[in-house]
Amino acid sequence: MAEHQLPERQSPLEPEYHPGSHGNFEHGVDVILSETRPGSILQLAAWPGEEKRLIEAIRKVTGLGLPDGAGGGVSNGVRAAFGFAPGKFTVVDEAEGLAAAFAGAITPAIGTLTDLSHGRTPIRIAGPKAEWVMAKFFAIDFALPAFPLGAGRSTNHHDIFAQIQRSGADQFDIYVFRSFARSFWKALCHASEEVGYEVH
Amino acid sequence: MLITCPYCGPRDVIEFTYQGDGNRKRPQPASQDLDAWNAYVYDRLNPAGDHNEIWQHSGGCRAHLRVVRNTLTHEILSTAFARGGHKTESRS
Ligand SMILES: [Zn+2]
Repeated sequence: MAEHQLPERQSPLEPEYHPGSHGNFEHGVDVILSETRPGSILQLAAWPGEEKRLIEAIRKVTGLGLPDGAGGGVSNGVRAAFGFAPGKFTVVDEAEGLAAAFAGAITPAIGTLTDLSHGRTPIRIAGPKAEWVMAKFFAIDFALPAFPLGAGRSTNHHDIFAQIQRSGADQFDIYVFRSFARSFWKALCHASEEVGYEVH
Repeated sequence: MLITCPYCGPRDVIEFTYQGDGNRKRPQPASQDLDAWNAYVYDRLNPAGDHNEIWQHSGGCRAHLRVVRNTLTHEILSTAFARGGHKTESRS
């Protein structure tokens, strides 16, 4: 039987996505903006008391060991996971099909799985001024001791809800609703002009 | 005004939504006790001081919280998940 062909996914940023250097970059590019376009974005939620079993299921299916504690997370460049609310986790994979891989692991007794692969747009900001630009958007502490590597945070920029994971010492992945993504992207580009930015 | 969410840590009040007086006791849905329903809907302590309140971290983790706030100073004395569990004392 012929393999099922998935349609190619279009970026919601496309009309405003302009690779190259922009803004005040004569003295150097201080942030790099990009769309990471992972194949799978899942939201997993545990019933009260089932959090440990859900974390174990994430480890079994993805190989990612989530650290203890609120907002704990981990990222290995291909897959990523982080807590964003009590008993709730975002799990991301470069490849498509992660929901199917979890189907047998998240039983109805443990919790629920929601496939958001087409519902969220992850935007990456990286570089020496990433913390600076992020701090203009969100009223949370982006310093490394307060926001450790791999950790996740839920917050919002005006009414655009955002889940943020620190995926590097000077790198953040921002998950926004797909329908707001282009507007958020334009705002992020404007905010990055003063430091000089490059779109990859 | 900062509210310390037990999950997210200290956040600006703009991320939270007030869900009402935390002292209300809702009658059973089938209750015919009109005085109890009247008290649930209208009676408020309205204290000048510490007040039990329900808030939602609607712009963050979306958890519902039990918050004790001083109505004179806006000091947040404590926060906890509304369904029980970890409690964060804020007054030093
Ligand atoms: Zn919270």
